[in-house]
Amino acid sequence: MIKTDILIIGAGPTGLFAVFEAGLLQLKCHLIDALPQPGGQCSEIYPKKPIYDIPGFPEVLAGDLVDNLMEQIRPFQPTFTLGERANTIEKLEDGTFVVTTNKGTKHNAPIVAIAGGLGSFEPRKPLVPNLSKYEDKGVSYFIKDPEIYRDKRVLIAGGGDSALDWSIYLADIASEVTLVHRRNEFRGALDSVEKVQSLKNLGRINLITPAEVVALKGDDKLEAVVFNKSGDTEEEIIKQVDEFIPLFGLSPKLGPIGDWGLEIEKNAIKVDTFDYQTNIPGIYAIGDVNTYPGKLKLILCGFHEATLMCQSAYQRIFPNKKYVMKYTTVGGVSGFDGTKREAPKAVVKTID
Amino acid sequence: MSDIKLKIKDREGVVHEVDAPTDMNMNLMEVVRSYELAPEGTIGVCGGMAMCASCQCYVESDHTLPDMSDDEDAMLAEAFYVQDNSRLGCQIQMTEDLDGLEVTLAPES
Repeated sequence: MIKTDILIIGAGPTGLFAVFEAGLLQLKCHLIDALPQPGGQCSEIYPKKPIYDIPGFPEVLAGDLVDNLMEQIRPFQPTFTLGERANTIEKLEDGTFVVTTNKGTKHNAPIVAIAGGLGSFEPRKPLVPNLSKYEDKGVSYFIKDPEIYRDKRVLIAGGGDSALDWSIYLADIASEVTLVHRRNEFRGALDSVEKVQSLKNLGRINLITPAEVVALKGDDKLEAVVFNKSGDTEEEIIKQVDEFIPLFGLSPKLGPIGDWGLEIEKNAIKVDTFDYQTNIPGIYAIGDVNTYPGKLKLILCGFHEATLMCQSAYQRIFPNKKYVMKYTTVGGVSGFDGTKREAPKAVVKTID
Repeated sequence: MSDIKLKIKDREGVVHEVDAPTDMNMNLMEVVRSYELAPEGTIGVCGGMAMCASCQCYVESDHTLPDMSDDEDAMLAEAFYVQDNSRLGCQIQMTEDLDGLEVTLAPES
């Protein structure tokens, strides 16, 4: 069981900044995120896009903002459960919560802060009949362990970076890699596109475009994929494969959090703007995942909400402790790792 | 500047006639959200960067629309339920030329 002071669900910018504000109050944080890396939408959807409304940054790339936040919170030694989705919550007799992920990892904390953005990112599944029948029987939407594709015949569908990158990677492992895309054009990093081109020329990747997977065949497990090759003549081609990996990006879904007994309105969690607490005391919701009159889904609003949430969380954990907010310029930042950042002291010296 | 009129068929098949301002730098996705014609969180997920296709719509009238950017074109190449008249609402700015535009929202995916 992972124990912490504040369990943050969602490692996007709001969740990451909450670690800093909690750290100033000497509270430790652990974060859960369904994605394999921190940063949320900033990392997953638009890392190379600029943001212009972060106070003090006339322009910052979303990916750089995440890197900066990770650097800012490093002294507070946050820990992470990545690639797992928070599934269930349970309140113990001592008033603390246990949150369990889809992989069974358990987390215990007196405070839960949901910073889930628009929800956890789920793979977008193509509209192919019987797709779900073959899930984990030859169809998968993520590649967790590339080794399971060793010496297998793999067919990847999609036209973005992940389809290109995994085709390249698996070309060395699988016995056969086929990449199917609806267009001749791919949207990805230039060097990935060129690499696929050269692997195609070498006969290491079968590139089939423009084409679309329309059906799957197999009794107990996937045995063949049927695709439509458009162009001058419409033809259906059956290809024997062991594995089909559709990679069409991810879309956020509120998911199991919607069943935690929290008040939901418009796909978001209702909170009290006093401290961003939900209808369940001890559970807070901050950032894009919450809603209240006048709500704006802005990163800068999430930062503010995270700050007030931490103050309230502190009062909940230590109801009898007196505390006054201290400016970091005055008090400095003392990390749990023993580091200390503080304003340099002015020199007092006589001038003759 | 004046408002223009749009006919938007939502995902349940209900047609809404709405006024859209042309002087607020709004796009079609934002008009749909401002009238709450699709639930929050199911449209405009990426905020309007042509990176999620949650605002895909089918253009039913014969208005001349601005050309697709490479981003929009590539995103539609990966989206589902795509038809010849598919566009991303976030890439269609509200201008006076679009008075009377008729669109249908594509299914959620």
